[in-house]
Amino acid sequence: MNSKDKRNKLVIICSKGSLDMAYPPLMLATTGAAMGMEVHLYFTFWGINMISKKTIDSLKISPVGNPALPMPNILGMLPGMTSMLTSMMQKKMDKIKMPTIPEMIKTAKESGVKFHACSPTLDMMGLKREDLIPEVDDIIGAATYLDLASEDAITLFV
Amino acid sequence: MASTGSGVKPTTVVDSRGTMCPGPITDLFRAYRNANVGDVIELLATDPGAKSDTDAWARRSGNEVVAVIDEKDYVRIQIRVVKKGKQ
Repeated sequence: MNSKDKRNKLVIICSKGSLDMAYPPLMLATTGAAMGMEVHLYFTFWGINMISKKTIDSLKISPVGNPALPMPNILGMLPGMTSMLTSMMQKKMDKIKMPTIPEMIKTAKESGVKFHACSPTLDMMGLKREDLIPEVDDIIGAATYLDLASEDAITLFV
Repeated sequence: MASTGSGVKPTTVVDSRGTMCPGPITDLFRAYRNANVGDVIELLATDPGAKSDTDAWARRSGNEVVAVIDEKDYVRIQIRVVKKGKQ
């Protein structure tokens, strides 16, 4: 690429398992790859839900602890509020033709984004390689992440 | 910065109208991967971020925005493929 003085690698830690926190890293990753950057996504803690076969289609938005929502926080604790809010959000996203998380992952993968699963998280959650979506490249630990992030990289924690 | 004007005859037209970020850049990138040096890709977009994003993409990837044409409710952005990256 032409930009000698710019960083050419994008390494993002995906640590959240909610729908609203799944979009930003995937959008940046796909865009970064399109711009010729080497892109790595490192899924840890609840971020594993984004790449687990069991949970990838059922990521939700939590109304609790989210002051941006047009309702008092205490109401968010009522049963059914999470799924209600999630389906409201999904309708809005469908309306603007926002791709789903599995579609975003497919596009990111096609663009060359690398998917890494965090090994202690898998252990903690009792998950195995076969429980993860096939787009996952490998299972790595903190040392590999630090190595990826230590040179020429923009790093983000989501 | 992107130049403006009436544009040239594109080699490929990519219609990303109706998609939001990162849709236009993703669609542009797909076309770019199949393009040859010298081709002109015309991207049609309604995303208000598309002009700025395409400019950034071109700067970063070493390609060139040759024309930005505002239509009534969308924009036509023409990009000349100057360089093919490792993709």
